[in-house]
Parts: sequence; C-alpha cells; structure tokens
Amino acid sequence: MKHFAFKVAAAMTLAATAAHAEPSAEVLHYWTSGGEAKSVAVLQEEFKSNGGVWTDMPVAGGGGDAAGTALRARVLAGNAPAAAQIKGPAIQEWYEEGALADISKVAEENNWDALLPASIAGHMKCEGTWCAAPVNVHRVDWIWANAEILEANGIDMPTSWDEFNAAAEKLQAAGIIPLAHGGQAWQDATVFETVLLGVGGADFYQQALVDLDPEALKSDTMIAVFDQMRTMRGYVDDNFSGRDWNLATAMVMNGEAAFQIMGDWAKGEFLAAGKAPGEDFLCASTPGDGFLYNVDSFAMFDVDGAEKEEGQNLLAKLVMGENFQKTFNLNKGSIPARTDVALDDFDQCAKTSAADMASTSEGGSLLPSYAHGMALYGAQAGAITDVVTAHFNSDMTSQEAVEQLANAIANSL
Amino acid sequence: MTKWLSDHMPKMVLAPSFIAILVFVYGFIGWTAWVSLTKSRLLPKYDIEGIIQYKRLFASPRWDTAMDNLFLFGALFIVIAMLLGLGLAILLDQNIRTEGFIRTVYLYPMALSMIVTGTAWKWILNPGLGIEATVQGWGFENFKFDWLINPDMAIYTVLIAAVWQSSGFVMALFLAGLRSVDTEIIRAAQVDGIPTWRVYTAIIIPSMAPIFLSAFIVLAHLAIKSFDLVIALTGGGPGYATDLPATYMYTMAFSRGDIGQAASSAMVMMMVVFAIVVPYLYSELRAKDD
Repeated sequence: MKHFAFKVAAAMTLAATAAHAEPSAEVLHYWTSGGEAKSVAVLQEEFKSNGGVWTDMPVAGGGGDAAGTALRARVLAGNAPAAAQIKGPAIQEWYEEGALADISKVAEENNWDALLPASIAGHMKCEGTWCAAPVNVHRVDWIWANAEILEANGIDMPTSWDEFNAAAEKLQAAGIIPLAHGGQAWQDATVFETVLLGVGGADFYQQALVDLDPEALKSDTMIAVFDQMRTMRGYVDDNFSGRDWNLATAMVMNGEAAFQIMGDWAKGEFLAAGKAPGEDFLCASTPGDGFLYNVDSFAMFDVDGAEKEEGQNLLAKLVMGENFQKTFNLNKGSIPARTDVALDDFDQCAKTSAADMASTSEGGSLLPSYAHGMALYGAQAGAITDVVTAHFNSDMTSQEAVEQLANAIANSL
Repeated sequence: MTKWLSDHMPKMVLAPSFIAILVFVYGFIGWTAWVSLTKSRLLPKYDIEGIIQYKRLFASPRWDTAMDNLFLFGALFIVIAMLLGLGLAILLDQNIRTEGFIRTVYLYPMALSMIVTGTAWKWILNPGLGIEATVQGWGFENFKFDWLINPDMAIYTVLIAAVWQSSGFVMALFLAGLRSVDTEIIRAAQVDGIPTWRVYTAIIIPSMAPIFLSAFIVLAHLAIKSFDLVIALTGGGPGYATDLPATYMYTMAFSRGDIGQAASSAMVMMMVVFAIVVPYLYSELRAKDD
C-alpha cells in the first residue's frame, strides 16, 4: 500500500514536470485594433492546439512606439519576451545589441530559404543565422481610386506620373480633390518613396534610399522627385494637415477625392465598408516598376529554459506555417510572405500584389520601404522624413531640399 | 532613547524621500548627461565618444526650428498671458457683482487637460470645420484663417490655445496679489484725489513684484514643458513647423531609437531651464541673506 502511494506520488510529480515542460512563449506585439487582434488570435489558437502555453503581451499604440519602449525596458531588465514584433533593420540593430536568439534549426528544417523571396529572407537573417520569422508582406506603392469618379471623368488608372498629373488637373477642373492625403510625416514619406521609385526607377531607389549614396541623393533625378512632390502638394485639399490615413481613405470611398497613395492596409478600410475591388474602388501599383514591401515579423529573443526555447521554435514554425500565413493575411489585407500559399480565397488586389512580388523578386526591383522602417535605421529614415515633410509643407525649393537631404544623411550617421 | 528619537525623527522621516529624489532626479540627470556623450541608439551604451551628439543636434534644422519655436512661443506666451491676466484681474477688482461666478468662468480652462484644449482648438482652427468655414458660410467667401496648416503661422495657433488656457490662472494669481495690497495706502491715495489708473501704476502694481516673479516662473516652465498641447493641436506639424524641444526629444527617444540624440537634447533643455531658474534662486536666496 505504501509502495502504491509512493508510485502515485511519483507519477504525479512526473505529470507535473511534464506539464511544466510544455512549450511556452511570451509574445510582445502591437496588433490591438479589431482586424489585427483577430489576426493574432489565429496564431494564438494554433499555438495552443499544438500544446503550447501562450502568454500574450499586447501593447496598444498603432505605430509600435509604445511596444518598442516596453520591449527595451524588458530587455534592459534581463527579462526578454520569447518573440517581439519588430521589422526591418531594427532586427539587425537588436542583434547587434546581442539580444536575439538563433532559430536557424527551425528555418533549415522547414526550408525557409526556398519559401521566401531572397530580399525578404535577408531581413530575417542576422549575420547568416535566422533570427526572425516573417508573417506578411504589405505592399506600400499602391494607388487607390474611386471607380465612379474615374469613369465619370473618363480617366484610366495612371501608369506614369505625367499621366497622373494630367488626370489630377482634369479632376481639379471638375471640382474634385485629386489626391486624398493626410498631413502626417510618415504619410508624406510614403508618397515620397513611391514618387522616387516612379521617377528614378528601382536602381535609383536602391542607391538613394537603401545605400544612401551621396551622388544619388544630390542628383538631378532627386531634384525631379522633389519637383513632382511639389506638384502633388497642389492636388491635396487645404485641410490635410494632421489628418489620419483612414480618413483620407474615407474621402476616396465617399467620392470626395479621386486617388489615395497608401499601402494595402487601406484595402481593409474599403472592404470593411463593404466596397468591392474592381467595382467600387480600383487598385494599381503606383506609376513606375517595382515593389516596395513592408514586412511584419517576429524577432526571437534569447530566452533561458528548455520549455521556453521549445515554445520559441514552435512559434517560429507556426508563423511560417501555410495555414497561419493564409488565415492571418486574409484577415489583415496583406499577402503571405511565403510564395507557395494558394491564393484562391484572396481578392484581386492581393493576387496582383503576389504576382508582382514574384516577378520583381526575379527582376531585382523588390525593394524595402524606407517610410515604413524596412530600409534604414530609425535615425537615418527619420532624417530623410524630416526633409521630405519640411519640403512638402513649405515653399522650400527642390534644390534646397536636395541639399538639406544630403546634410541630414551626413548628420544622421 | 526617546530623546534620540525625537531629535532624529525629522531626518528619519525625510530620508526616504530625500534618497528617492537624489537617485531619481539627480542620479538620472547624471545618467542622461553620460548617455548624451555616447553613440547610444536603440539601447544605452556607455563608451564615451565626446560631444558628437551635441554636434549632430546643433547641425539639425529640426532642432533649430524647435529652439526658435520655444523662444518665440515662450516669450509671447509669458508676455501675453501676463498682460491679459493682469488686465482681467484689474477689471475684476472693481467690486463688481457676481465676481465669484466670473472668476470661475475665467479660471475654468486651467482645469482642462492640455490634450482637451489642443483637440478643441484643433477643431476650432481647422479651416474646413471651424472659424474659417463658419465665416465663409456667413457669406464672406474670401475670409481666410488657415494658420493651423500654414507652417509660418502654425506656432501662433499653439500660442492662442496656451494663452487661452493659462491667462485665467494668471488672473487668479494677480487678483490675490491685488487684494493683498494694503488698503490703507490706496484709501490715502484716493483721499488725495489721485486717479485710479495712477493708483494702479504707481502703487498697486509695483508692490506686486513678487507675484510677477511667481507668475513668470510658472509660465516659463509651462512653456518649456509644453508637449501635450503641441501633440494634440498640431502633432508637431505641418511638417515639423511646431516642434518644441520636448517633442523633438520624445521623437528621438521613442520613435527613432536614437537615445544619444534624445539625451543631448534633454541636456540642452535642462540648461535652458537652469538659465531661467538659477537667477531666480539666486535673487531669492540673496534676499534672505540681507
């Protein structure tokens, strides 16, 4: 009897240890708005059904500033979460601080190298090892239009900036605001990078906004880019200052304005309002060839303990899993980062986006968005944005802007 | 034992807060000064690199704008709020009926948070929603009041909102000062047949000098720490035309991952505060010695 009791006790202890060794992961993210929260719940469910213990650490505040602050506090306190939502060069910056873990084992087992476009895979690697997992690809260089307005005025989706200018002038003459825009620095930067890509082309974009080549920054092409920005300023209504991007989207939706230049999260607004792509609103890439991406990803932090490491590996595997990539991106409006996901359930804009991602990846014009923190460190990107927004909101000449840009870059390093 | 306790009780009670202030105010000032001399980006680093961050700071056109805005906004804010406050206080001092009610009306804006003030004024000043649209709606098609979106004028919209919020408080300060002036002297002046405006300019206002100094100190620090008002009213825009040093520091520290730059701007801000407070403290302490 005594012997039996001992056995039970031993079994219970074992069970307890087993329960303790469940893979666990604490995930810091800033997906707190309606659609985003729904998207992250998909991952949470899947993690739990694979036997994991998920600790959610959502930090409200869309742009992720608050989440970044929370993350810094946690890492400085020596208590990093298993995974945190970071993107672009910030991943490498965290790696340089010595805070990231190596998940190469999971990545190699699941053959991530073959599944991801090379330039996107590059963001997930830290000096050759995998340290982050991508969840989606947002395309930034979209132009959205109100289908009815374009039809009524006999305008096609512009394929060059000259066509855009001609269309805008026609609309202006008809008393319609050509371009819905919100006067926030990041929105100015978004328009700027699409204009730069369209006017200068992919190679110029790479030199100017990724390599920060001083010659490209001071070139005549750059002056032409700022000239086009000045023209664009004339197509925006007077109340744009401080307007949120989704209010600008609503202007296109309600027929107050014809176009908006914004990433594919704007599609979510159209769809949420019950508008159909191709019928009520049109989507096309902004004039010029190329594809500017904004990839959300989870960077994996150094954690102690077998169950935490196991949880981290499970999380990495699930994030890149076919099921999550599909459901998540259907909810979020973006497209899967892995290229082999069937797109049957996605809408036309997403299919265009995925096809363009594949073709630009081969053609070498799949480029990181500077305005959304994919191309440069925060200080450098911020320095460019300061010049762009100062130029857009004043009567600064293009020549002055180009000089300021070169100085700002020299000063940001 | 009891004697020892009663001797040392004040020190013991004060010690925790003294230590807390020593660490969390002066300790962190020291820490910020240290970080401002490093190349810290995302996380603080502690290898001293010299004054590179200050060089970057003073080469930045955005910081120039922020400092210009601070001095322009600060000077006008202090002067206008004081003049308005003093004017209101003198008018209220004329033994009018329902003084208590009117005083509350003027004082109430101070009870609002700067965020509320900023948001409300954002609507009032928005050309498409507020004053401009209303006046144009009355038939004055050419009326223009677009300061909020004009980079040269936007800082004055911040000034309007800030003065609106604070002048009632300054009025209350001055009213208390006016009431504390010795009524005997005023009566004597009135008996001598001196006109009221002379009584104010020659007797009452000069005797209120300490109140002016207090009002100045309160307004100056309100101006330097104006952050929420700018965020709510203009978001620092259009462009960065209404940036103040506080919003500059916040952007560098929390949006751009540029801690070294944020620390150096914080140190410069602190020096600006010192430039105002130290002469004040000096004059206060010297007055006691005399």
